[in-house]
Amino acid sequence: MLTGSHITVRYGDFPAVDDVSFSLEAGQWLMLAGPNGAGKSTLVEAVAQGVPYDGKILLDGRDLRALKPAQRAREIGVLSQRNAAAYAFTVEEVAELGRYAHRSGPFSPGSPRDREMVDRALEMTGMQSLRRASMLTLSGGEAQRAFLSQVFAQDPRVLILDEPANHLDLKYQRQIFTLIREWLNAPGRAVLSVVHDLSLARRWGTHALLMDRGKCVCRGEIGKVLTKENLRAVYGMDVYAWMRETLSAWQE
Amino acid sequence: MQKTKRNTFTAADCLLCTLALLLALGLCVLLGSEPLALRDMADALRSMLTGGEPPIPYIASILSRRIQRSLCAALTGASLSLCGAAMQGLLRNPLADGSTLGVSTGASLGAVAAMAFGITVPGVPYAGTMVTAMAFAFGSLLLILGLAYALDRSFSTHSIILIGMIYSMFASALINLVINFSGEKIKSITFWTMGSLADSMYRDVLILLMALAVCGTVLLFSSRALNAFALGEDNARHVGVNVKAVKLTVLIAVSVLIGVCVSIGGTIGFVGLVMPHIARMLVGPNHRRLLPVSLFSGAIFLLLADLIARTLLGSRQLPIGVVTSLAGAVTFVVIFYRTGKAGNKRC
Repeated sequence: MLTGSHITVRYGDFPAVDDVSFSLEAGQWLMLAGPNGAGKSTLVEAVAQGVPYDGKILLDGRDLRALKPAQRAREIGVLSQRNAAAYAFTVEEVAELGRYAHRSGPFSPGSPRDREMVDRALEMTGMQSLRRASMLTLSGGEAQRAFLSQVFAQDPRVLILDEPANHLDLKYQRQIFTLIREWLNAPGRAVLSVVHDLSLARRWGTHALLMDRGKCVCRGEIGKVLTKENLRAVYGMDVYAWMRETLSAWQE
Repeated sequence: MQKTKRNTFTAADCLLCTLALLLALGLCVLLGSEPLALRDMADALRSMLTGGEPPIPYIASILSRRIQRSLCAALTGASLSLCGAAMQGLLRNPLADGSTLGVSTGASLGAVAAMAFGITVPGVPYAGTMVTAMAFAFGSLLLILGLAYALDRSFSTHSIILIGMIYSMFASALINLVINFSGEKIKSITFWTMGSLADSMYRDVLILLMALAVCGTVLLFSSRALNAFALGEDNARHVGVNVKAVKLTVLIAVSVLIGVCVSIGGTIGFVGLVMPHIARMLVGPNHRRLLPVSLFSGAIFLLLADLIARTLLGSRQLPIGVVTSLAGAVTFVVIFYRTGKAGNKRC
């Protein structure tokens, strides 16, 4: 459903992403892996239309660049790494903003469907009891779950995640990834995410795209991409053994 | 802790705010450095409304001046406070405001230059100062945000305020330079820069009302987008806000309003900084409530500040900018320390 062909992103003369192609089908969870500076975050920024890029990104054959911001938001949701609230918005208000692209007018009170989606999103993320809590009083894990309920309420078909659990404890990392896995179980949905931790990628991903210095090294099914040889070539050390070892920790 | 469940500005809220505003307005018309008998004022008001001959012309003229001045104060306060609230949301920065960002000083520079060099718009009286002030306000805003953006992509509180301060000093220096070369107009320009609503006229009321009606509507229509911006510009883009369009619209509306206010009343500081903070304490950060409440509270604050400015020292008038800056600076320091302490606890 989402395909990127020959994507190049330049910061000045430096190509942060250099001619990378990918494809994402319904039901898949594509993990972008690779060391720091490989261009993973830049690639998802391009998909989220946050940086200018060369090449084409198509969603069901439609060029993403041609979509209006609201149209795009109804199809693609983004959860980024750091989300910090500056004001005392309630969890509910943050989740309701996920319905921005679905509302008709600036003063529309919201349809029953809007309210239902917000309720369901808060329930899925276990934030129902905290819905009236101020964002400023939440822990890091709770805050990230509040933003996750925003993106669930947005009801996109493709979810883009940039290290969504990077700064969280292992417990919360697993919680966030389990929630996303549940979300992905509904038909017609797909996830594209950047993860640093290869064992996390191996545990939750169905497919992977391994990057190094802006270029795609290998892409395909996760087991075929995150192999000993590929990882040694990219990281220059034996991260494979480490990944196998921590992988067991993610299984219940 | 959450006191209110509603996230809209209801009719009841509107009624309450309107009543408070009318009360303040009434107070400002009735009180003044000149003590007048209630009955005389009632007679004068009746004759003004019916168009008849006032029994005591001198009371009618005093009342008329108070009404013009109070309406100007209310509209200016509402505009400045609304602008502050909108900018604080847009930039996700609780310290943003026309005066801290240097936009007001920029607009003053425009107005002073127009007065000193006699810049006019052919055919439209008084428009020269106003249009130059608006243009300078917008130019200043673009310059400050551009510089802040070049320094630090995330628009952090400190870099914006620092650049705003430096820009303010720079613009003030230019203002002084222009004043130095303004010859015989030096006195009137200097008095104007201190901020005063003493010479307000119905013409000013009308202009302020039109600017607020147009720009205020634009800002109120942006309140949901501003909520998204208040959680971060990236977040706004992700939920489907047309980031560039909203930003440009809000910045233009804010520049026009500040330009108009500055060209009529001079620089009146701290209203746009402090009142949205107080409104946020009352109703929370949701802009659908915050913007209208800021508007009303700004109006009431400036009405009372103007009342103090013209009554505190008897017949001698204080510039209103002095009163707002004194009151505002103290309030601001209190808020700043309170939020700073709360912030430290969170870490």
